[in-house]
Amino acid sequence: MDSAVGRDRAPLIGRSLRLSAGVWRRLLAAMVTAGVPVVFLTLLVIWPLIAVLVRSMAGVGASDVLEIVGRPSVRSVLAFTVWQATVSALGTLCVGLPIAHVLARYRFWGRDVIRAVVIVPFVLPTVVVAAAFGALFDRFGLELDRSVWAVLAAHIFFNVAVVVRIVGGFWARVDQRPAEVAATLGAGPFHVLRTITVRQLAPVLAGSFLLVFLFSFTSFGVIRVLGGLRRATIETEIYRFAIARQEFEVAAVLAGIQVVVVAVLAVVTARFQRRHADIGNRADRATKVTTMRQRLHLVVVCCLAIAVIGVPMAVLVEQSLTVGTGYGFGNYARLLERSPLLPVSAAQALVTSILFAIVAAAVAAVVGILASIAIERGGPTGRALEAFALLPLGVSAVTLGFGYLVGLTAFDLNRQVWLVPVAHAVIGLPFVLAAMVPALRSIDPRVREAAAVLGASPRAVRMTVDWPLVRRAIATGAGFAAAVSIGEFGATSFLARGAGSFTAPLAVFRLLSNPGQQLRGQALALCVVIGVLVAAMATLIEYRRDDGVSLL
Amino acid sequence: MQYKKLAFFFGAIVTLGSCSFFGDEAGDTSEIAAPDREAVPAGTTVRLLTHDSFTVSDGLFNTFTNETGIEVEVVQAGDAGELVSRALFNAGEPEADVLFGIDTTFLQRGLDGDIFRPYQSPGLESVPDELELDDQHRVTPIDVGDVCVNYWTDGVATAPTSLDDLTDPAVASSFVTQDPETSSPGFAFLLATIARYGEDGWEDYWQQLADGGVTVTSGWTEAYYGEFQAGGGDKALVTSYAGSPVAEVLFADPPVDTPPTGVLVDSCFRQVEFAGVLAGTEQPDAGALLIDFMLSETFQADIPLNMFVAPANADVPLPDSYAAHAATVEDPLILDPADIEANRSEWTQRWAEIVLR
Repeated sequence: MDSAVGRDRAPLIGRSLRLSAGVWRRLLAAMVTAGVPVVFLTLLVIWPLIAVLVRSMAGVGASDVLEIVGRPSVRSVLAFTVWQATVSALGTLCVGLPIAHVLARYRFWGRDVIRAVVIVPFVLPTVVVAAAFGALFDRFGLELDRSVWAVLAAHIFFNVAVVVRIVGGFWARVDQRPAEVAATLGAGPFHVLRTITVRQLAPVLAGSFLLVFLFSFTSFGVIRVLGGLRRATIETEIYRFAIARQEFEVAAVLAGIQVVVVAVLAVVTARFQRRHADIGNRADRATKVTTMRQRLHLVVVCCLAIAVIGVPMAVLVEQSLTVGTGYGFGNYARLLERSPLLPVSAAQALVTSILFAIVAAAVAAVVGILASIAIERGGPTGRALEAFALLPLGVSAVTLGFGYLVGLTAFDLNRQVWLVPVAHAVIGLPFVLAAMVPALRSIDPRVREAAAVLGASPRAVRMTVDWPLVRRAIATGAGFAAAVSIGEFGATSFLARGAGSFTAPLAVFRLLSNPGQQLRGQALALCVVIGVLVAAMATLIEYRRDDGVSLL
Repeated sequence: MQYKKLAFFFGAIVTLGSCSFFGDEAGDTSEIAAPDREAVPAGTTVRLLTHDSFTVSDGLFNTFTNETGIEVEVVQAGDAGELVSRALFNAGEPEADVLFGIDTTFLQRGLDGDIFRPYQSPGLESVPDELELDDQHRVTPIDVGDVCVNYWTDGVATAPTSLDDLTDPAVASSFVTQDPETSSPGFAFLLATIARYGEDGWEDYWQQLADGGVTVTSGWTEAYYGEFQAGGGDKALVTSYAGSPVAEVLFADPPVDTPPTGVLVDSCFRQVEFAGVLAGTEQPDAGALLIDFMLSETFQADIPLNMFVAPANADVPLPDSYAAHAATVEDPLILDPADIEANRSEWTQRWAEIVLR
């Protein structure tokens, strides 16, 4: 008996020891996965925001805040801001989903090209796109300049990539059997779409809606350049009060309203995002086009894509090739020389942009992986992370920029060159999460359990089960982080600015703020190169040969 | 339940604002006496906060470093408005030692904000009195850039010669200017019309421009490259600078001998750009020495072909290519900075009511 008890006891003690080691390891893992993103967001978003709001509100009482919030002008601006962001996001879904669908369904020549090119608008400076739009409107005799329609069209143009790439990436892998079964049983295509596909895609649909909404919510250049002068949003009002009028307390109250909207939005969309996604586990299911009907479908949607994205870009390319009265590559050749207006040559600025983009994409991917594991685990930390990660997209660049000025100067961080790409990564993070969290949630827990039962350690489960399934989602998110970095011009322009951190968009703006045809030509050529570069980077990050060779 | 915590967090950020723990710190605003070069420690770096249009020739500051042992670090802070905002936001705890780029239109706001320390540079002897807009020498004039209506020579039937010419509907409809509230040249042009037609007449003038179909953009770039013929647009007149034609020649493609643009001299509003030592700096002497350098012949002669404005130092000759193509403005329109600041909101608001209806 004794020996039996002894035998029983010994393994028990051993197991409890192993368990506690496991608990420790899990605790450590939880601390890393939640801790790193929390520190990252606190230092680069929350602390600067608190610092700027506190300084702006010095000496301002609660009654003043209520007075500002209660102004009719503030209310109508808020209403318009939310309205245009909602319509822009819905419009982007309407234009993006058919394209995403075609890319998911069919294998055809040009599929990768569309996927690559669609991300280009994302990084183009508004001023340049607005000029291209203006030229287009003129050519077709449309009186759309300076109207709300121009704003909506531009928002769709800039953001369609979010829907096409994030939703499209999942759609190709969605389990099509339920839809096929429903169709066989006589359900019409729209019925199938509504009852099955939309449900399957709900988390990514909600995620990309959220991203486009926030982008439009805080869009600045589009509103100012295309919207007409007195079409104000919260974002343009913050700029007006902080920069033109120096009424910092009003700007701060408006910034507070932005924070509240982001919070409300995070809570409202969380329900959809938390839904289990029935996607991600499968290989690319696209097939070759076979029937006439499919061919027609493909052609129609490709024409839509070309109309929305291709035509304005073609105008830009044409303008960049205009030299004197003819065409040539003179503007491109000149990118190699240093213009006296710039601290470095445009080519050098491009190199800086590429380096920043690589760092930003890597940081966003690493922090994004850790954060999405914490978010998937759930709990208050996960929920808070999910919401706070959205803040950099939802608060104005001026607010965050002044926040960096106040908050980071305290640590003498604001002049560190490396902080620029890291701050870019903060803005890229929501994209990594929007792609990755649904992917993680889509993993059937039974697969993990099966792996664990068969003896795989938690880490082995992560590496063998989770990693292959989310790899592509990370790549999509990292591609966006790179694009965000290359295009970013707002908040981070408050950080280090010198020859070492002079990026390509800065060069475009500098060139375009002086008279001279040479400068304009160079700026347009630089925009085209930036576009090509972004398309190439996003494609490269996602690239995977059939034998499994890839970057990720 | 979790949302409550979340809401609390967001709420905390918003409400933290109402209790202030960042005190309002006023920097030292006493006058800086003649700086002692020997008293500045070796290896000192002086920070110059300026706008994005600030451009100097390569190595220009080396001359200053060789003379004084002080290095210069340039911090560029967006356009003129953003620059002034940043300085006011950090009043008393400046991020730099010297600010350059506050102009006539913003001057009073900077002075009211107590962001500068008075300093009377010996170089002021060579600066015409009419450029010194602050008798306490809190700021020092560095350059003169007139804001004027420019026209595309091939785009106008006859070159306009007076502000009145713009009210002709055929001209007004091909004129693009900028929003005075968000654009520095846009505001200067509004001031030009107020200086010319007075408190009683400017609204009428703008009513005629508006009726004639004037176009307004948010900023200079959108006007010059978005609407004006220089950027492929269809507008023949634009609000820009007296020195813009110089840049049109210097950066022409293909090269040209005469600029494609002309300047309506009658419309020119005088904008003086100033530099000042920022209150709260820990190295006022080094800052004062930089101001001296900015008035020196080395720096002043470098200004015209880099920033396309004229030097404030009257002893410095203009480069030939600048003198040949920049408009000579004998009798610019001017307004007192204090008047500008006192009426700014009212004027821009009235303007918006007339033009943007």
